[in-house]
Amino acid sequence: MKILVYIDNRKNKIKKTDQELVYYAHLIAQKHGGSVDAFVLGSGEGAEVLGKYGADNVYAVAHDETFDANGISSAVKNFAEDKGADLVIVPFNSSGKPLVGMLSYMLDASSVTGVLNVPEVEESKLVFKKGVFSGKAFAYIKTLKDKVVVSLMTNSFSPEEVGSEVNVEAVNIPVDNKVKVVGIDKVEGKVPLPEAERIVSGGRGMKGPENWGVLLDLAKALDAETACSRPVADVGWRPHSEHVGQTGIVVRPNLYVALGISGAIQHLAGVSSSKVIVVINKDPEAPFFKAADYGVVGDLFEVAPKLTEAINKFKGK
Amino acid sequence: MNLLVCISKTPDTTARIAFKDDFTKFDEGGVQFIMNPFDEFYSLVRAIELKEKFGGTVTVLNVGEPANDIVIRKALAIGADKAVRINTSPTSAFAVAKQIAEYAKDKSFDIIFFGKETIDYNGGEVSGMVAAMLDLPFVNLASHLEVDGTTAKLNRDIEGGVEKVEVEMPFIVSTAKGMAEQRIPNMRGIMMAKRKPLEVVEPVDKEDRVEILKYELPKAKSGVKLVDPDNIDELVRLLHEEAKVI
Repeated sequence: MKILVYIDNRKNKIKKTDQELVYYAHLIAQKHGGSVDAFVLGSGEGAEVLGKYGADNVYAVAHDETFDANGISSAVKNFAEDKGADLVIVPFNSSGKPLVGMLSYMLDASSVTGVLNVPEVEESKLVFKKGVFSGKAFAYIKTLKDKVVVSLMTNSFSPEEVGSEVNVEAVNIPVDNKVKVVGIDKVEGKVPLPEAERIVSGGRGMKGPENWGVLLDLAKALDAETACSRPVADVGWRPHSEHVGQTGIVVRPNLYVALGISGAIQHLAGVSSSKVIVVINKDPEAPFFKAADYGVVGDLFEVAPKLTEAINKFKGK
Repeated sequence: MNLLVCISKTPDTTARIAFKDDFTKFDEGGVQFIMNPFDEFYSLVRAIELKEKFGGTVTVLNVGEPANDIVIRKALAIGADKAVRINTSPTSAFAVAKQIAEYAKDKSFDIIFFGKETIDYNGGEVSGMVAAMLDLPFVNLASHLEVDGTTAKLNRDIEGGVEKVEVEMPFIVSTAKGMAEQRIPNMRGIMMAKRKPLEVVEPVDKEDRVEILKYELPKAKSGVKLVDPDNIDELVRLLHEEAKVI
């Protein structure tokens, strides 16, 4: 099987999510036989490292930031055909999400978004697992075409070093932009919630935006990102970009700490794939406790500062 | 402006999800169905706002069975002018995209709207498939859309920022939070919806490129371990030694 991994390297930086994509491709090649080509959109600076995570070849296409999803999909399509790729893997983020549907049609391929597993083979077709019903269930999906395009859910595999660096080969691929990218307003310093390893999240129990200090302190102690429940975003205590849940952002961090969130089914759907959930709530009947690994029944305004202090003490701060 | 809004029917966000026939089929028993929230809150409302500003027609399109008409009528009650239902069961993203592309290819729509994904199968693929099938520009995950003459200016929420793009009509957009605010249909809208046209179109040949073999429910948590609020050091110990997350 020839596997092609699309890496968005437009910021000239290889991220952990990029290592994860290549390592995932490596696991598939290891299980079913095959080779892994990394197709890097960008200068290719630093992309040699992808060899360590399992890429047999790394190709970089000369770039500028004005590539849009239409241009990227045409470039990936041309390259995938050139290399005879059977399986194309893209990231499940704002760069990869638009590509899957387009590439499915352009490559005459089956497609699955947000896959979670190294696929099994059934009657010579790949079978992928993905989350459905916004985190309330999983489905096993058989791809019926010979060619397949998938996006990998972020934080599904921990990348490991399995090889050594490889040379980056520059390639020239025609692109067909259809949308003009005028510019990007950057928000510095924040890790996107889907990529976050630790998240501290607040609900209506926080009682008001003026009380967020205790949450921010805890997040800082844990080196965590901050999030909130839908009612909190709806009343404007926190920005919509922090809304985690079925109609907001679905997250899967290693640690999710919920302060004053009762745990409505829509919220649970967005966080249930977290590895460890800690719930702090004064209501012992809060449904969130049933979905939690650890719980503290108590007033969050007393418990959260104590937890912050205990973590700082543990970390020797 | 000639605007098309593609809408899906999904289980209500509060629905408890269950399966039947040895976990091979979704159990619709007792499930309340709604218009997919992303299609309703963002796509449909923004399309209606553009029509109110520039004039034109908002058509809603659903691929589905007659039972979906109740959801389609709601879209008309919110303010769409007319509706089309392609009379086939939506078995996969590709199957749905093919029906939509076939219908839309000769209708000269200026903008075709999709929600960013449905809350049942969470694919988010149909919009891109239709864009490729019709060879139209595609803007995915748009949180803001303004029209100026024949040009549209959009924002996309991307990791670590907002990407600003411009595109000439016609084009295809998938919408995300921020695009518009939810509208609740009023009594007048509900009454008028009953008289608005709902055309039923027969499907073209079906093509599925994936097949769902079985479903699985998440493993239940083994039970919460409660820590005394007066002994928070114990929670830190558990997170470090047992859960190994700090």
